[in-house]
Amino acid sequence: MDNIDYQRPASVDEAIRLAQQPGTAFIGGGTNLLDLMKGGVARPMRLLDVTRLPGREIAQLPDGGLRLGAGVPNSDAANHRLVRERYPLLARALLSGASAQLRNMATVGGNLMQRTRCSYFTDTGFGACNKREPGSGCAAIGGFNRMHAILGTSEACIATHPSDMCVALAALRATVRVRGAQGERTIPMTEFHRLPAARPELDTVLQPGELIVSVDLPASRFAQRHAYLKLRDRASFAFALVSVAAALDERDGAVADAALALGGVAHKPWRVLAAEQALVGRPLSEASIADATSLLLDGARGFGHNDFKIELARRAVARALAQAHTGTA
Amino acid sequence: MSDPLDDADRAVRHPHPALPAPTRRGFLKSAGAATGALATALPGTPAAAAPAAPTMPPPPRPAPPPRRITLTINGARHELMVEARVTLLDALREHLALYGTKKGCDRGQCGACTVLVDGRRINSCLTLAVMQEDRAITTIEGLGQPGALHAMQAAFIEHDAFQCGYCTPGQICSAVALVQEARDGQASAVTADLRQPAVLDDDEIRERMSGNLCRCGAYPNIVKAVRVVATIRPIA
Repeated sequence: MDNIDYQRPASVDEAIRLAQQPGTAFIGGGTNLLDLMKGGVARPMRLLDVTRLPGREIAQLPDGGLRLGAGVPNSDAANHRLVRERYPLLARALLSGASAQLRNMATVGGNLMQRTRCSYFTDTGFGACNKREPGSGCAAIGGFNRMHAILGTSEACIATHPSDMCVALAALRATVRVRGAQGERTIPMTEFHRLPAARPELDTVLQPGELIVSVDLPASRFAQRHAYLKLRDRASFAFALVSVAAALDERDGAVADAALALGGVAHKPWRVLAAEQALVGRPLSEASIADATSLLLDGARGFGHNDFKIELARRAVARALAQAHTGTA
Repeated sequence: MSDPLDDADRAVRHPHPALPAPTRRGFLKSAGAATGALATALPGTPAAAAPAAPTMPPPPRPAPPPRRITLTINGARHELMVEARVTLLDALREHLALYGTKKGCDRGQCGACTVLVDGRRINSCLTLAVMQEDRAITTIEGLGQPGALHAMQAAFIEHDAFQCGYCTPGQICSAVALVQEARDGQASAVTADLRQPAVLDDDEIRERMSGNLCRCGAYPNIVKAVRVVATIRPIA
């Protein structure tokens, strides 16, 4: 690993000020950043340790929502009483990710910032990766792309975002609160991560030096009927081939509101408002699920090894919605 | 500092206590040295024969100087000089000679380096030593020693929960934390009802131990050892 400088800012303001220097990275749990640094993929010159800053609390918001401090470890978020009561879909997604050790380390903010596990990105032995070396090409297109994206891809990049937590947050309509030199702003979860387009080196819309402060969840009616379905190559401790966050608010036999997002299929959590709307106003049925799935997977395209993901996603959505309808705990 | 597992090996296996006992660590060191000598002596294996990387490696950076830090490990305070890039795992092994914590993948994928920090299990390969100042670090050496084993260590021996033993310190640290997490009401991905306390059946134990790989495949007996401690014995 490269030699680095290390600083422990005493406040969020100081962290933001120090982060204006080029070559600076924030470190939270470090589980992804240090891994990438060992591989020579990330090469910051200076780390700002933000794990001792305020922001490790989970607090109720006046509107009935919940604020997750960016420094809250994933395991604490998953096991917090209010998360389990009000947002069990989020708890399920968190618990399906990584291992107990990694969940103890990884933070809410760091989870948002984790980078793709595309092996052409993480292995510098491969020369072509537009995400790692802009302009160098994409070895995954035409390479071994079993884990790769089927939606929102570009000619420059077919990487997926690896997070489970973010899929649930997108479905639950969370927002991300960030602070930088220009002040504070709030970004809807669905707009926080980018599609690769021509700039796959940019995962998110964060500006240099901006720090995630919290993730805010709005009041939710999805605590009763929800499912996080994660399909992967082994039963635990593996990234998703396809995952589905599904939740239903059902009243008088009809769906009053629906939340639906996919993981493992795109450069960001994949949520399509029209697909959710297709479920609303009628009882959940094979027909409504088929309508929603068509809209959700509209434009899906495989790259050879990952062609199977299109059908896998279709069936996973149907199963997750059926599980949500049945009601899980 | 002596290696408790070496001590255990010596106590059990060395038939001539009057003679200097061979240790596993001593053997590995001498075997490694011999292999290294052999490799350099063989013709046709110079470094130049290694496949060329597609891009030239970046030049090394000027080194920020090492810094003095204090780590609290197994109840004792240790002062050491480390560069900021040194992981907790490397600090334990290379600076403090606490070899019980093992380096497997060094990338957070195998769990061999699992230690407890403020009672929580983490992968010591994916955190920096400088980040762990003022925290209580517990390694396998701190859980128990020969003659005064932790209940989980004793259970692993009793139920034959290892073959080569390399993943075992991480497995045991992980398992000790698992029992406490379950008592604290933490759920797992296979917990049927998030509103009820989980019952540590075999499915729960497997899921909660999934961050610790065992290439020998001792999983059935690891699960058994964890189940016995979790359900019968009070944990120290």
